[in-house]
Amino acid sequence: MKKTLFDKIWDAHVVESIPNGPDILYIDKHLIHEVTSPQAFQELKDRNIPVFRPDKTVATADHNTPTENQHLPVKDLLSRKQLKELTQNCEENNITLYGLGHPYNGIVHVMAPELGITQPGMTMVCGDSHTSTHGAFGTIAFGIGTSQVAQVFASQSVLVQKPKKLRVNVNGKLKNGVTPKDVILYIISELGTNSGTGYFCEYAGNVFEEMSMEGRMTVCNMSIEMGARGGLIAPDQTTYDYVEGREFAPKGEAFEKLKTYWESLKTDEGATFDQEYSFDAEAIEPMVTYGTNPGMGIKISQAIPENESKSSGKALAYMGFTAGESLIDKPINYIFIGSCTNSRIEDFRIAANYIKGKQKAKNVNALIVPGSRQVAAQIEAEGLHTIFEEAGFQLRQPGCSACLAMNDDKIPAGEYCVSTSNRNFEGRQGQGSRTILASPLTAAATAIAGKIVDYTQNLN
Amino acid sequence: MEKFITLTDTAVPLEIENIDTDQIIPARFLKATDKAGFGENLFKDWRFDHEGNEKEDFPLNQERYHGQLLVAGDNFGCGSSREHAAWAIKAYGFKVVVSSYFADIFKGNSLNNGLLPVQVSPEFLSELFKAIEENPQTQIKVDLENQSIKLIDKNLEEKFDIDAYKKMCLLKGFDDIDFLVSKLDQIKAFEKATNRIN
Ligand code: SF4
Repeated sequence: MKKTLFDKIWDAHVVESIPNGPDILYIDKHLIHEVTSPQAFQELKDRNIPVFRPDKTVATADHNTPTENQHLPVKDLLSRKQLKELTQNCEENNITLYGLGHPYNGIVHVMAPELGITQPGMTMVCGDSHTSTHGAFGTIAFGIGTSQVAQVFASQSVLVQKPKKLRVNVNGKLKNGVTPKDVILYIISELGTNSGTGYFCEYAGNVFEEMSMEGRMTVCNMSIEMGARGGLIAPDQTTYDYVEGREFAPKGEAFEKLKTYWESLKTDEGATFDQEYSFDAEAIEPMVTYGTNPGMGIKISQAIPENESKSSGKALAYMGFTAGESLIDKPINYIFIGSCTNSRIEDFRIAANYIKGKQKAKNVNALIVPGSRQVAAQIEAEGLHTIFEEAGFQLRQPGCSACLAMNDDKIPAGEYCVSTSNRNFEGRQGQGSRTILASPLTAAATAIAGKIVDYTQNLN
Repeated sequence: MEKFITLTDTAVPLEIENIDTDQIIPARFLKATDKAGFGENLFKDWRFDHEGNEKEDFPLNQERYHGQLLVAGDNFGCGSSREHAAWAIKAYGFKVVVSSYFADIFKGNSLNNGLLPVQVSPEFLSELFKAIEENPQTQIKVDLENQSIKLIDKNLEEKFDIDAYKKMCLLKGFDDIDFLVSKLDQIKAFEKATNRIN
């Protein structure tokens, strides 16, 4: 039978299919963080069950961590307690933790790929919906709830219904200045936020084949924003080159052997999908969102569409926008470049390249938060920090930061923030804050101009 | 886990689409390390203004609406995987959430906490909203065994889908951890057969 990439990996991990029910799916790697794990550890303790395979779990602290003075004790007492519990739980259960200050610390979806923990053909889960990021490697990776975190602790498996299959093809040549973030924001704006519910999405076509691993991660990261449980891209030479030589990647002969297996991880010609969409790369432009879900996006050159629905009216009222207006020239006081969507070195290179020799506008607070300690180190090594600092941007220490505003990095009520994160929900970046999702390039251009601009006008 | 068999009660309507988990329980309340106390922060920023005063126009604050069913607009529970959202709804006192669509992770999280997500057709959902609007005392019956939801006064009924395994878990108050632990031998055999442990 002809199989899709998704079928091949899924089927290889099924321990048992329950008749009329879910599959018991074996999990190769379990990632955990401080926010969604404590109640799972407690559940195990209450039932007196040990962690079954502690060596297959890796922990980091990212959601609830400060981005300044990470060497000092965390000021917020509740946060400090949550971090302390993570440390204790990991110690008691023999789980490797890359906690605050560790050279490998970072946002869970940034640190695992860069350490070579994420590899093609695996199944990976984490108590975080953006686990879909790891799909960029040709990996089945999806977010789970805390009850399921406890299940993985107890059995290294989860009980899940096999999702349906969706394929999104993008072919053609991307216009100058269009980045991977624009590609995924475009797809979600076309398909809507629940088009992917019940599906796992494979991204195919030359646009993804030609994309870097970091770009692929940006795309797969946002699969959940169209409701899909995860997204994946077939592994290829770009993938192998990225994985090879990383800290926890297989080495030498073991690598070669696995690579032969990875090469078989492609959707067979003629395999069928439950749903399929195709887009032209030429149609994509830099994107911005204007509403309170990631599907409410437009090309930067377009006007906010008319939509009679109650929900749309509520969203526009929250954002302070009206249908028919353009976002170009909207004054913006905050920009944020960071989050597991766009906080890898390429994102900062793109931003720095645009910013170099320029100054941020006076009205703008520009926050730059690397995704991991390793990315932070690379920013320094490449001298990008000087560019940011000279341009008046604040460069912080790694973490989720203003993506979800659990720490002090919040956008004040009523203010707009052009943000490279993945969610523009009401209050996501702080109570009353208004988020406009965009690429690092758009965020950088906004910071320099002090308002939203269509930078493609200045590209040649 | 608490069992669920049938429930007949009034409902609170939330006629808003795409309600995301950040609204259900804002991130700043996720610092807790236990499951207690999330109920009071359910829909915090929709229920209260900046000074902490109740917003009168929000259905949860309106006396005429109460009950153990929450009836919500399409695509309920999208966004983050935080199970805190299901804990908050449950802790507030709801036992059933009705919508025409649920985000995957939220649906799974609810089922793992004895909170029943009932997915109905868009037509039935608007009948529900209409009936509750006309008469907030409208009784709605949810019967898990028969997989049906009924507007009692109007004698309008619809069937809903639920995974057979999950249905059994809810009816018996059985959960996934118990089940998986009972399968550990098989899981070990799988590990061995696929060279997953040395
Ligand atoms: S950066 Fe944002 S989206 Fe990513 S894991 Fe952290 S909080 Fe979640």
